[in-house]
Formats: sequence, C-alpha cells, structure tokens
Amino acid sequence: MTLTSSTDPALDAGLTQAPPSRSAGRTARRVLARVAGAVVVLWGAATVAFLAQVALPGDRATIIFNTRAGQPIERTAEELAAVNAQYGLQHPVLVQYLDYLRGLLHGDLGRSYQQYRPVTQILGEQVGSTIVLTLTAIALAWVVMVVWVTLTAGRGPRTSGLGAALDTVTAALPHYWLGILLLLLFAQRLGWFPVISDGGPVGLVLPALTLAVPLAGFMGQATRTEFERALEQPFVVSARMRGQGDLGVRLRHVLRHSALPAVTLSGWALGATISGVVVVESVFTRRGIGSVLVTAVNSQDLPIVTGVVVLVAALYVVANLVVDLVHHLLDPRLKAS
Amino acid sequence: MTTTTSAPALPRFRTRAARPWGLHVALLLTAWFAVSALWPGLLAPGDPLELHLDSALAAPGPHHLLGTDEAGRDLYSRIVHGTAPALAIGFGASLVSLALALLLGGLAALAARPVASVVDRVVEVLFSFPSLLLALLLVALLGQSALTEAVAVGVGTAPGYARMIRGQILATKSSPYVEAAVTLGHSRTRILRQHVLPNAVRPLVAVFALSVGQSIVWASSLSFLGLGVAPPSSEWGALLDAGRLYLTHAWWLTIVPGLVIVVLALTATTLGKHLQASLERNDR
Repeated sequence: MTLTSSTDPALDAGLTQAPPSRSAGRTARRVLARVAGAVVVLWGAATVAFLAQVALPGDRATIIFNTRAGQPIERTAEELAAVNAQYGLQHPVLVQYLDYLRGLLHGDLGRSYQQYRPVTQILGEQVGSTIVLTLTAIALAWVVMVVWVTLTAGRGPRTSGLGAALDTVTAALPHYWLGILLLLLFAQRLGWFPVISDGGPVGLVLPALTLAVPLAGFMGQATRTEFERALEQPFVVSARMRGQGDLGVRLRHVLRHSALPAVTLSGWALGATISGVVVVESVFTRRGIGSVLVTAVNSQDLPIVTGVVVLVAALYVVANLVVDLVHHLLDPRLKAS
Repeated sequence: MTTTTSAPALPRFRTRAARPWGLHVALLLTAWFAVSALWPGLLAPGDPLELHLDSALAAPGPHHLLGTDEAGRDLYSRIVHGTAPALAIGFGASLVSLALALLLGGLAALAARPVASVVDRVVEVLFSFPSLLLALLLVALLGQSALTEAVAVGVGTAPGYARMIRGQILATKSSPYVEAAVTLGHSRTRILRQHVLPNAVRPLVAVFALSVGQSIVWASSLSFLGLGVAPPSSEWGALLDAGRLYLTHAWWLTIVPGLVIVVLALTATTLGKHLQASLERNDR
C-alpha cells in the first residue's frame, strides 16, 4: 500500500491508524485521545467560524444594516450603537470570541443578520429534512455498492472491467447533473415522482438516489480492490471446499473483509454528502440546511453560514467517532486480546 | 491503490486490463479541449454571442448541432468558446489548492515539533469542513467573481491534498534510502533536497491532473447554485446556471454543458490515473 496512490485522503486516515492495542487500558486511553482530538477539532472549527465573521471587510454594524435593507444606506451613530449593543460588537474582539465560544457551549450559534432570529432556531427547523436525506442517501449508497461489487468483482476481465469502469464514471458524476437527469426523466417525463420534493417518502427517492449513486461509485472503487484481494485468500478457498456456494462465500466472508475501507469512507462521506445535499436540495427545491445556506451566502448573512459550518463540522466529528467504533466491531483484529 | 503486491493469479488479467484504450480516448479529448481553449475559432467559427432571435430555444439539429438558448445563441459555439474560462478556473483553483497543500503538508511533516503539531491540527480542522462548504464560506466573505470562485474552490479542496502530501513526505522520510543517506552522514538539507522533496513532489503531477477535473466540477457546482461567474460569459458553469431557467422547455441547455463537464472530469481522472501508474512503475 503506497500512500501516494490513494487520491482519497479519507482512506489514508483509516490506513494510517494506530496499530492494534494490546490491553483494555490502552483501548480506553485511545478512545480518550480520540475524544480529546474531536474536541480540539470542534474548537478549531468554532474559531474558524468566528474569524470568518470578524474578517468580513467593513464595519459590522453597518454590514448588518445593509444586509437587512439589501442596499447600502447611511446610518446614524445611535442606530449603529443599538445594533452594536444587540450583537455585542462594542466589546474587544477577544471578549467577543470568548462570548461566542460560551454561546456555542449553550447551543447558541449567534443571530441572523437578516432574519432577526437566532441561527439555532433557523437551522433547527431545517436540519431534520437534511439529516433524513443524508442518512437515506448513505444507506442507499451502501446497498447499491454492495450489490454492484458482489455481482461484478473478480468475475473475469470483462465483467470486473465493466464494474470498475462504472465505478469510475458514477464517482465522477456531478450531483447537479445527475439530479437534473433523474428529475427530467422520472419526474417530468414519466411522472413517477413529484417534481418538487417535499416531505413524503416518495419525494425522497430521487434526491437520495442522486446523492447515493456517485457515493456508491466512490466507495465501490475502494471496496472492489479489497474484494478482489480477499477473493484470493486461503480462507475463501477453504470455505469453497466446505461446499459453500459462490454467493454465500462472497457475502459471508469476502464482503466482511473488504468492507473496511468503505466503512472508513462513510464517516468522511457524511461530510462530503453535505456538499452534495446543498446542490441536491437546490435541484429538487427541497427544504433543508442547503437552501438556507445558499440564501445566506447570497445575502452575506454570515452567522447562518458559519452556523452551518460549525454544525457540519460537529456532525463530521461525531460520525468519525462512530466509524471508529464500527471499525472495532467489524475487525476483531483491532480488539484488545 | 496498488494491488500488484500480492496475488499470484493476476498477471494475465493485468496485461489484458493494461490495453490503454481509455488513455487513447482521454488523449484525443485532451487535444480537443486544448484546441478549444487556445483556438476556439478553429472548431467553432461562428460568434458565440451572435443572436438569432428567430431560432431561439431551438432543439439540437442540423442547423444548430447542440441547439440554441433563449436568445438564439448557438450552444455548440458557446461551449467551445467557454472552454478557456472553464479551464482557467480549473487550473487556477488547482494551483491555489496544491500550493496551499504543499505548504501545510510540508510544514506538518517537516517542521519542528510544536509547529508541526499545530499545523497538523489546523489541517485536521479544515478537513472537517466539506469542500463545498468551505468554498461557500469564502464566497460569502469575498463576494462573487471568477477569481473568488477559483480561490474558493482551491481552498476548499486543499485540506485533503495537504493530508496526502504530509503522508507522502512522512513515508519517504522513513524509507530505506533516506535511512541509508542518514547513515552515510549526508546533511539534513541535502537529504531533503535530493530525496524527500523530489519524491514528495513528483506524484503531484498526477494529482494536478485529477485536481483540474475536480475543481471544474466544484466550480460548476458553485455556478449552478448561482454563486459563480455571471451568465453573459460562456464559461460552462455560467451556461449551466443560465440554462436552469429553461429546464423544462430546453433540457439541452443544462444537460449538454453538464455532460461536457463530466467528460472533462473523466478525461482528467483517466490522465491522472495513468500518470500515477507510470510514475509508480518508474519508482520500482
């Protein structure tokens, strides 16, 4: 395994993990270190979010007014002072920073410039729809990937070649393009699904599929290599000699061995899928974090933008802790003996 | 990912798969894209912005190969003429991305302890932001323009590459030939210059090819969200953004530029992978 050849950083993360621990004490220490690392990443994310808000060029109180009005208007000193007091901008930056961190600990992501409401409240209304879409998409990607790899990997040059080629092609599909294709074909032409996805499970199908197909291709690339390697292993031969059918061997033995890279990728995928979600929500006019974010970027409503950034970083960190745990469950070699 | 290390049964399969028809197609397409970018008039003699209001929103056909837009502008000409700005954003973003990645990855792998671990953490934090999100944050800060788009996409994709470069340098540092050089008593700077840096930088040629394709996809995603280059331009992302309005009447205005972007991304990926493979073969 050479690190150069893996263009996917998430894979490296999984492959450069610490060697298996030898005692329960070590495992505990490792878990603690992971949690500490996660806290540091979260703190860093919060700091980046804060710096971004400060870095917006110009006087912030004026910016807040202009964002609300949608155009630059001269404001009186009293008006500015009122906004400064409301957002705590009269304090030195360091105090503002500490206030921001303290707020985060209480689940306060700041106040929207444009909507006069707390960001937590705005995102809270939308986050459910986004999480449902993301998790459905990842689950769907797993199903598609497992079926496709099990059917095509290690079946002679032609079939595996086709399988691998399709992995590469689907992994490269931009979400907006695939989404529009599915939308035009299945919603507009055939009318099987609603054009505007809202609420119900039927409306979830096309957006989830749009996210799942490229992700399946991406995970498939990693899994296929491992799958074909595992097919050559002695334990596969011995399972076959015991009379187990081909499909049984593939599902029971080979898959378990080759699923690890994809499990590692899933944690990263949660974050990456959020990128896709922003686009997909726009294609299918679906409510969620993504549409709020795009509107906020357009109007430079930074507290919402940074709020999403912190929220997603938190999701990413939690997802990766979970992935670590699943890793241990799947691979007994990592368990303390 | 290399699988060649184990597996005795592989050779026959390898030679078959090595027939590089994919590479030939990719090279042909690269030539096409290069000509479109450098000399668009050769492939599309017409003016891409010429209006034909009588044939607005015409479907693909003999008169207009890929159809026309709402003002009767020929989509084929616009796509050919839009290659240069699209590639410029892709190259610009990749340069930003790899320069930043080289800086962060290099510091994380080579700097003295406290600096290295701080940079390590910074990369880790940046990596926890999805690429598009980081790009959107920058667009929110800097406003919309082609330059912002390139910088935003570059910064958005940099953390992943930084991690890769760091891993690469660390792997080289612990390789036998560096150990040998240390044993021979070569100075630190000489080892760095002669062994570590060349080996860490060479794979970047392949990564750059991959990155150009990816950057164009990300940049077009920004454009699709209405946060990229403004529509009068023929840049591919701008075409997408403009075509969205007519999605139900004129599918080609969105599907075709999207397809061109997919083809370019696949071309770049294929080239990158072949470069990577040949570099690895040379290493052995």
